Amino acid sequence: MPTKVEKDAITGTETTGHEWDGIKELNTPLPKWWLYVMYATIAFAAVWWLLYPSWPWVNNYFPGLLGYSQRQALDARVAESDAARGAQLQQLATTPLDQVTRDPELMAIAFAGGQAAFNDNCAPCHGLGGAGQGHYPSLADDAWLWGGTLDDVQSTIRYGIRSGHPDARFNEMPAFGALQMLERGQINDVAEYVLALSGRSEDQAAADRGQEIFAEQCASCHGDSGEGMVELGGPDLADQIWLYGGGKAEIVQQIHQPRHGVMPAWVGRLDPTTIKSLAVYVHGLGGGQ
Amino acid sequence: MSRAVTVEDAVSFKELKKDPLYASRIKIHPKDVGGRFRTIKWAALIVLLAIYYVVPWLRWDRGPGVPDQAVLIDMPGRRAYFFWIEIWPQEVYYLTFLLMLGAFGLFLVTSIGGRVWCGFTCPQTVWTDLFMWVERKIEGDRGARIRLEKAPLGREKILRKGAKHAAWLVIAAATGGAWIMYFNDAPTVTREILTGGASYAQYFFFGLFTATTYLLAGFAREQVCTYMCPWPRFQAALLDQDSYVVTYQKWRGEPRAPLKKNANWDERGDCIACNNCVAVCPTGIDIRDGLQLECIGCGLCVDACNDVMARIGRPPELITLDTERNQARRALGEPPATRIIRPRTIIYGSILALIAAGTLIGLTARAEVDLNVLHDRNPLFVTLSDGSIRNGYTIKVLNKTHEERQYDVAIGGPDGATLSVLGEESEDAAPVLSARPDAVATYRAYVTAPPGALAEQVRPLTFRLQDRASGAMTKHETVFRGP
Repeated sequence: MPTKVEKDAITGTETTGHEWDGIKELNTPLPKWWLYVMYATIAFAAVWWLLYPSWPWVNNYFPGLLGYSQRQALDARVAESDAARGAQLQQLATTPLDQVTRDPELMAIAFAGGQAAFNDNCAPCHGLGGAGQGHYPSLADDAWLWGGTLDDVQSTIRYGIRSGHPDARFNEMPAFGALQMLERGQINDVAEYVLALSGRSEDQAAADRGQEIFAEQCASCHGDSGEGMVELGGPDLADQIWLYGGGKAEIVQQIHQPRHGVMPAWVGRLDPTTIKSLAVYVHGLGGGQ
Repeated sequence: MSRAVTVEDAVSFKELKKDPLYASRIKIHPKDVGGRFRTIKWAALIVLLAIYYVVPWLRWDRGPGVPDQAVLIDMPGRRAYFFWIEIWPQEVYYLTFLLMLGAFGLFLVTSIGGRVWCGFTCPQTVWTDLFMWVERKIEGDRGARIRLEKAPLGREKILRKGAKHAAWLVIAAATGGAWIMYFNDAPTVTREILTGGASYAQYFFFGLFTATTYLLAGFAREQVCTYMCPWPRFQAALLDQDSYVVTYQKWRGEPRAPLKKNANWDERGDCIACNNCVAVCPTGIDIRDGLQLECIGCGLCVDACNDVMARIGRPPELITLDTERNQARRALGEPPATRIIRPRTIIYGSILALIAAGTLIGLTARAEVDLNVLHDRNPLFVTLSDGSIRNGYTIKVLNKTHEERQYDVAIGGPDGATLSVLGEESEDAAPVLSARPDAVATYRAYVTAPPGALAEQVRPLTFRLQDRASGAMTKHETVFRGP
């Protein structure tokens, strides 16, 4: 306790007793209501602790007298939203696929639902927006291996490709090189012809030789002029889209030991309405037929 | 600031008898006063409160389906209406301009005339003034109120205080109600509040503003100015020696002494220590101590002192509106010098004029249509079977007029690029987009470029939109991507 205090001449308030670089501060009393408001906030905090989840126990936590749980609140909200959407989903389930695209409201619901389901289930392989990545086909272009109509797309999604499901799409290109069905020179010629189909061949003579081999070995699945056969899943070799690479070496490799992609069957894993929405979405990515 | 400090013997806390850390609020009972400043204060109060309470009820016809309230902030509809002006959410920067106008207006006015905002136009001041008037009408003037405070709880005290608080609550409720009327249609929300049909949010804000008006104007009063409000603190930085502030003319008033018969006015100051200036002050301070934080610059002490000076036959304006520089000159007998035009005010005024011009230009040049084109991020581009490259876009047309409009859309970019808008495909004609009034229309579009048209990976692409009715054109620049 100091023996002397400094007081401001005008207000009579004491200084704090310190000096900072020549500046002194008056110790003006705080208003009592400020103090009481602070007490009120402390009391409020104590009540809040009692009512709501607050303190951790050893391996649990104090749940609060009101028993509020963010997890439960979320579950309630999800159930509420599911119930609200129930009517629309019911309508979507009962409408045939081709009529869905004619109804703007149903179309919007199906497209949005399909997009959400696509991003969760299909995007890991096919890429967001159906862009395709690596050896997984792009779904946004206008080239379809197994057909791009709404029904074709829905079947592909349902049963998959080489998925093991009895109704799955299935085909197998013979391993012309590995099984020694064609010689190395013949494979080279056929590859040259395939390049010629899209106008990129540099060896006309080889391409001519390859044309004969093509007519014998390849036309049955890939079509007489390489235009592809949707019923058998034979890709179009005359377009500019190459799933496994369009360079000479990649084409040779594919003839020698073909790659076969696998798409899982989604029937049983996704409900029919979701598969319908997915078909609408994929069909609407820009390349639907 | 160097002030005189005196050094005294320390007193122990026990002997001090009051808590050195916390102090109770000293209740202030300002006395009624008449005069120039009181009249100006009343005028400001009436005009401002009239605007606040009446404006939500003004109507402005904007056509069917659009709110007809003149001033309305429509949160669910994402619009702000101010008479003929309609602001969309992306134009919220007009609010920024408004705030800047307010700020520089405040700086300019304060640097010229002192704390004009605090004393005349601040909502806290206006509502506290109104509540004080109600208190004076119900409980009486200063003397009667002090007596009522000291009186024991009896019938008269309960009735008077009860009536006062009831009147206060009515005014507070009208204030809270008027607040929510700026965000909802006034007749509709009034009916809903009274019949119990309003939403939780509406009741909450109505209650909140009623409570805050009642508490802040009824009880907190000058505590807001002294402890809670940040504006007194930086208004101090806006004043300089040439700002006109409420000033006690010390050179004329001191030495002060009580009034005696046959006083020799040459040897004493004009101040007769009647303390009327303290009695009328709404914040309860003594202006004779000089300019201080708690003084809100309302000038009621000027009126009070002029009253007294007139009655004792001395010249008026012992407390007056004057600058610090002038006071120094007057004390020396020199004539006053006015410096309203000075670098500070010129700078504030110029910036204010610039911002006002900018806001006006911005408002008048407001376009009636806007175009936004969003390039797809997944996939960035698609290679089609014939080798051409396709990019997907989402077109958003903002129709800011009140009618349905049709727009022609075209692109400019890579050679041979073609545009197709989903839902608007036709063989010969260019796509036509339509948008509902006061709404955003969304379209999906594809731009396809033939193979070999792209030399670089990214090429600029422009979408152009033209209103078929008015010919107004707008465009949006985006990109076209390739492998």
